[in-house]
Amino acid sequence: MKNFEEQFFKTLMIVSASIIIGVLVFIIGTIVYKGLPALSWDMITKLPGGGFYLGKEGGVLNAIIGSLYIVGGSLIISIFLSIPVVMFINFYLPAGSAFGNITRFTFDILFGIPSIVYGAFGFALMVYLGIRASLLGGIITVAMLIMPIMMRSLDEVTRLLSRDLPDALLSLGATKYEMIKVILRQLMPGIVTAVLLALGRGIGDAATVLFTAGYTDNIPNALDQPAATLPLSIFFQLGSPVAEVQNRAYASAVILTAVILVLSFAARYFSSRFSKNKL
Amino acid sequence: MHYLRKIKDRSARHVMLGIAVFAVLFLLVIAISLFIKALPIMREKSIWVLLTSGSWRPFKGDFGFLPFILSTLHVSLLAILIALPLSLLTSIYLHTYASRNTRSFFQPFIDVLSGIPSVIYGVWGTLTIVPLIANKIAPNFVEFSSGYSVLAGGMVLAVMILPLLISILLEVFRSIPQEMTDASMQLGATKWQTVKKVVLRKSFPGILAAVVLSVSRAFGETIAVLMVCGNITEIPHSLFDACYPLPALIANNYGEMLSMPSYESALMLAAFLLFIIIVLFNALSRVILVQIEKRYSL
Repeated sequence: MKNFEEQFFKTLMIVSASIIIGVLVFIIGTIVYKGLPALSWDMITKLPGGGFYLGKEGGVLNAIIGSLYIVGGSLIISIFLSIPVVMFINFYLPAGSAFGNITRFTFDILFGIPSIVYGAFGFALMVYLGIRASLLGGIITVAMLIMPIMMRSLDEVTRLLSRDLPDALLSLGATKYEMIKVILRQLMPGIVTAVLLALGRGIGDAATVLFTAGYTDNIPNALDQPAATLPLSIFFQLGSPVAEVQNRAYASAVILTAVILVLSFAARYFSSRFSKNKL
Repeated sequence: MHYLRKIKDRSARHVMLGIAVFAVLFLLVIAISLFIKALPIMREKSIWVLLTSGSWRPFKGDFGFLPFILSTLHVSLLAILIALPLSLLTSIYLHTYASRNTRSFFQPFIDVLSGIPSVIYGVWGTLTIVPLIANKIAPNFVEFSSGYSVLAGGMVLAVMILPLLISILLEVFRSIPQEMTDASMQLGATKWQTVKKVVLRKSFPGILAAVVLSVSRAFGETIAVLMVCGNITEIPHSLFDACYPLPALIANNYGEMLSMPSYESALMLAAFLLFIIIVLFNALSRVILVQIEKRYSL
């Protein structure tokens, strides 16, 4: 009886682990199966042509470039905001300080706030500041979304760092500011991982840019112009009644999935390198 | 020269402190501005009426959130009902039974699952889950269902919260001292008995925290839910009815409704409600998780 129960639950566990792997394979398989036939070089290298939304020629280059612009801009903002915060709470504050804990707690909470709330808040902020739906609006809102992600993963790698190096630097007479400049170099693989994680999350998010970035068939060449994004282009094309346009939505989904897969494996590669450095 | 270095250090310190304080205050800024934006509608109608009325006719000035609140609850609870057993079994397996190799084989799958964007889950849901429900599952129970339903939303959300659930559960299990499980095994308990009597019992608060955190993630999911739930403003009565969760309501209507101040304010109230509930849920579970970490890391 004891043995039966043991076997029963062990089988159940293996079944559920297999289900989870199966679901992932099923998801990616479905997207690739539906999207691959419609995928072509034109999809990636051309702007939507005349009659694109009726199934005529063109591609989603506008959305690819728009997404890159928005995520690139928001990454720059969030790198310059999160590195100082992480360095401050780890090296300027004593270990276990209340302010450090409050900051970490706040970022845990900010991490949990859904993108639609950031989207609504971002839009309200833009109305208040008099900014129209634009590249700038999208960058600001996506920066809010990815800041907590960057900050949390940076904090994690910084805390794993051995205290020997900082102590050695300080005892050689370096100021803390000089010490941090050295430590940042040491943390580079961790920073790259954090950036890749944030990049993946930012490039795939639709709800933040839905109201704030607008949509356009062109590539924006100024901050106050609207910008298309890949997730929204999938969403809008899927809503079309024309079969060709829907197929393009699947093809765009393949592009986005491929980007995410590459980012995810790259992040894994860099984080494994980091843990090797640590030893 | 030496003086300059000191000044640099001092000013860097102040800039960093400033940014950190700003980041902490940011949470308050969001709360206050959403609240201010939601005030007009709360002045017009009592919050109680807004939350419990089922009538949503913006053009007549009726803003009853009940259908949306119930939709969100139904979809999220269904998602956790599906996802919890799967992820509990899987993470127990990975923690207790699996070899190191199996574990590192499995990890990338969880990473990729958590990295896939919401809109891709939505596309997958409309391609597979929705037709499955419309053609195979629903006909056994009801006369007609379009497939865009509570069940579709719950199933897609379940997959979406799996990676979060599993990674938190694994962390919680890891925090249980090895001596405890060793002791149980040495007394002759099988692995499963140890899991049942020691691991699960010890990690109950952590499991609770994982559930609360995942439910709040499900509350806020937008695009995927928007694509598979059907978006009909009615209180859903069965798993096969369409529903209209709060985030989908905001996503579908916000931005176009600036011409109607009370409509805009009502949508802001929806965002404020989501925000408050999710912040409370997150705070609760983070407090539990921090406590667990503290108790066992010493």
